Amino acid sequence: MTGPGLDIRLVACAKTFTDGTRALEPLDLDIAAGETVVFLGPSGCGKTTTLRIIAGLERPDPGGRVVFAGRDVTPLPVEKRDIGMVFQSYALFPNMDVAGNVGYGLKVRRIPAVDRRRRVAEMLEMMHITELAARSVDQLSGGQKQRVALARALAVRPRVLLLDEPLTALDAKLREELRIEIDRLLRNLGITAVYVTHDQAEAMALGDRIVVMERGRVAQVGTPREVYLSPANPFVARFIGTLNVVSGEAADGHLHLPGGRLALNGAGSIPASGRLSVAFRPEAVAVIPLINPGDQPHPDGGLIGTVTAAFFLGDHIRLVIDGAGESAIVALAPNHHRFTPGDRVHLAVDGGAMPFAEG
Amino acid sequence: MDRRDTPFLILLALPAVIVFSAFFLLPLARLVMVVGEGRDGLATYAVVLTHPRYLESLVATMVLSAGVTAVTLALCGVVGVFLTRNRFFGQRLVVAMLTLPLSFPGVVVGFMIIMLAGRQGLIGDLTQALTGNRLVFAYSMAGLFVAYVYFSIPRVILTVMAAAEKLDRRVEEAARSLGASTWRVTRDVIIPGLAPALVSSGAICFATAMGAFGTAFTLATRIDVLPMVIYTEFTLNANIAVAASLSIVLGIITWVALAIARSLAGTTVSAAA
Amino acid sequence: MNWRFIVPLFLTLLLCAFLMIPVGLSVTAGLTVNFFQGVESGLTLRWVAEVWRLYEGTIYLSLLIAVSCLGVTLVLGVPMAYVLAKRRSRLTRLLEELLVMPVAVPGLAIALALLITFGGFREFRMSWAFILVGHVLFTLPFMVRAVLAVLSSIDLKGLEEGARSLGAGFFRRFFQVVLPNCKSGIVAGSLMVVTLSVGEFNLTWMLHTPLTKTLPVGLADSYASMRLEIGSAYTLVFFLMLVPLLVALQWLGGPTSPRRRSSIDPNRRRRP
Ligand SMILES: Nc1ncnc2c1ncn2[C@@H]1O[C@H](COP(=O)(O)OP(=O)(O)OP(=O)(O)O)[C@@H](O)[C@H]1O
Ligand SMILES: [Mg+2]
Repeated sequence: MTGPGLDIRLVACAKTFTDGTRALEPLDLDIAAGETVVFLGPSGCGKTTTLRIIAGLERPDPGGRVVFAGRDVTPLPVEKRDIGMVFQSYALFPNMDVAGNVGYGLKVRRIPAVDRRRRVAEMLEMMHITELAARSVDQLSGGQKQRVALARALAVRPRVLLLDEPLTALDAKLREELRIEIDRLLRNLGITAVYVTHDQAEAMALGDRIVVMERGRVAQVGTPREVYLSPANPFVARFIGTLNVVSGEAADGHLHLPGGRLALNGAGSIPASGRLSVAFRPEAVAVIPLINPGDQPHPDGGLIGTVTAAFFLGDHIRLVIDGAGESAIVALAPNHHRFTPGDRVHLAVDGGAMPFAEG
Repeated sequence: MDRRDTPFLILLALPAVIVFSAFFLLPLARLVMVVGEGRDGLATYAVVLTHPRYLESLVATMVLSAGVTAVTLALCGVVGVFLTRNRFFGQRLVVAMLTLPLSFPGVVVGFMIIMLAGRQGLIGDLTQALTGNRLVFAYSMAGLFVAYVYFSIPRVILTVMAAAEKLDRRVEEAARSLGASTWRVTRDVIIPGLAPALVSSGAICFATAMGAFGTAFTLATRIDVLPMVIYTEFTLNANIAVAASLSIVLGIITWVALAIARSLAGTTVSAAA
Repeated sequence: MNWRFIVPLFLTLLLCAFLMIPVGLSVTAGLTVNFFQGVESGLTLRWVAEVWRLYEGTIYLSLLIAVSCLGVTLVLGVPMAYVLAKRRSRLTRLLEELLVMPVAVPGLAIALALLITFGGFREFRMSWAFILVGHVLFTLPFMVRAVLAVLSSIDLKGLEEGARSLGAGFFRRFFQVVLPNCKSGIVAGSLMVVTLSVGEFNLTWMLHTPLTKTLPVGLADSYASMRLEIGSAYTLVFFLMLVPLLVALQWLGGPTSPRRRSSIDPNRRRRP
């Protein structure tokens, strides 16, 4: 059972609950052995449902299949699938101490006590919780509980690890710390992992690939880079990171806006004229402070606007600018600049960074 | 869902369902049928209304139970709130004493009343010393009334205390800050806050008093409360059909009292019984 | 100190006196040579010994029935509570409603129904098992309720899914995860069942035979036909039997004590 994970294939997995809720539209997905796939999406979009179908805690609607390493496991219940699972609520057994929890899966598999103890000690050490072995699980902090839950899930050497928002209940600092640890674990173990979250930073950091979901459908599957830089549609773009969307009249290769005009050279196939929306990320905007009241936008494309808010965030400054487009534009500036509300600025947008444009 | 658990769950529920059906549902159905098999057939059900003795005992039992409920609620309401609002020396002991009789069966409660107001009772001794006349009321309706209050106090007080602890004192303080008098605060804030607890424990109190048998049996077989009448009809007169019809009527009354209370209080009343 | 404190305090003490004085009188009477003459007549254990001679059998039978009743309600009630906690459907709600009916229906009616239905089975009618049946019907709801209360306060679904993800099948889950985690409910329910069974009279009086007398039946018998001192001594014996149960219940905590809540909620257990 040891060794690299196995590959998972979901075929036409849909889910309709008994009360008629359609939680998942038919979904096809291939997950490679050893890959970490993150399901990302807003609340209620069907992430947990998908994970539970992979786990065997829910059955897909008739016609759907779950295949582990070429073997159809659809009819197998969770206890026969040899997976590891980590829950948002930890689901630790209050009637057992930490070691008892970690060793439970081994006990179920009738591993001899000696081997069991050795394996438990190994897991506790891996999660840096050796000193907690004899503690009752009620006496653990949230972070410690989640470490125990991870150790418990991994103790049986599953070939698939399923994690449902394991860090959501923790505070920001702990979340970051454990995320790094989980990342290291998943890489070292080479296990196939499916990770559910609604936190895009977590998804970016952990996922080999991200599956963005929207109302029971897959909106996009891709590497973090693809999903961020080439979102398939406005929903994905907006869900991952901040997105500026400006609308205006397109004419002679430019989009005309209240504060000037933008060159449309990089924005793919777009209509030459008419009403048009263009989207770009804050970091695609170059901000230059203007000194003279009479300054004009750059002739090759540029916008002039007024700073309404400036947030110093340490490594950069986040600006909210009015007057350039019909609505506010968010832009990032290097931290050595100083901005105060009322400052006039010049904005240049990298045409290649406009992910999509709509008529 | 975990549909494959279902056969196991049925297996687990089966013993209880079988035992319960065989020894409760089936006998209850027999009880209902026995009435129909009697001399007067289904008209036996009407006997409780047409026969003056049965009707009187039904009315007497209901009046007695209602009275016991009212007195117990009033006493326990005051004392229960007092005990949760004040801390004084010996308080834990007082609470322990007030809840000790919780586990006394009806017969023992009857005997307690005999000790208090029976022929050799304390009240008799005291009244004789004071007035020259022995006051003995244990073996009458009055004795039964006192006994049922004795029996009900521990149960009701526990429920009232649990509810009073959950009352939000800030609401009360707010009412006082608006100038409400103690009486108004009691009427407008405390009693409404306790209402669910009072309703549910009152219903249990009423139902228990209606159906109790041990206490009346200990005090006197001559007290004409409905359970005693049923017992007499069954054992002495062998009038099984009437005994069955009366006990069904009694069962329906207590069950309805609990059901009404539950719908009013919005909680599972029988849980606390 | 004002009347708002004094009046209720007085009432409270009055109630205490009302409840406790008869208990004290009865204990005294049970140990007094002649209660009519008062304590001056001397203290004695004679009446207690007499009670033991006359009613020893009722005490053993009551204990036997209480323990058997506990066993049966555990076997029937705990699995039932688990089923009720796991499946909330119209059927299980109806089942729950039916199961608690013996609490609402007067014992007399249940006893009558049992007599009418099973009175003809002489062997059964004459044995203590007949009384046991009545006790089981009456106490089962308390066991089911106590266990159900704990099961609905814990994250049963989460715990079970955790166990399943580690490979545990149905019965392993039931015995290793569900049962240990509703221990507090089982203990509370058990104490309740034993206390109720030992004191049950309404049903038992109708179901008993001269050869199957329980303690409360014996009590009623002694109250009716023996001198006051013997009734009192018998009551004293009964109180002594209740003491361990009451201490255990107190230790678990009454419904108002915070310890009770923590014993129900395994996520908030006491720290050692
Ligand atoms: N057992 C169930 N019965 C009926 N509907 C359900 C059930 N479980 C989930 N749903 C519904 O299915 C949809 C998808 O739920 P799911 O739990 O998969 O969302 P999610 O993406 O995990 O959301 P969250 O981020 O809030 O956890 C929701 O609309 C939810 O209300
Ligand atoms: Mg979810």
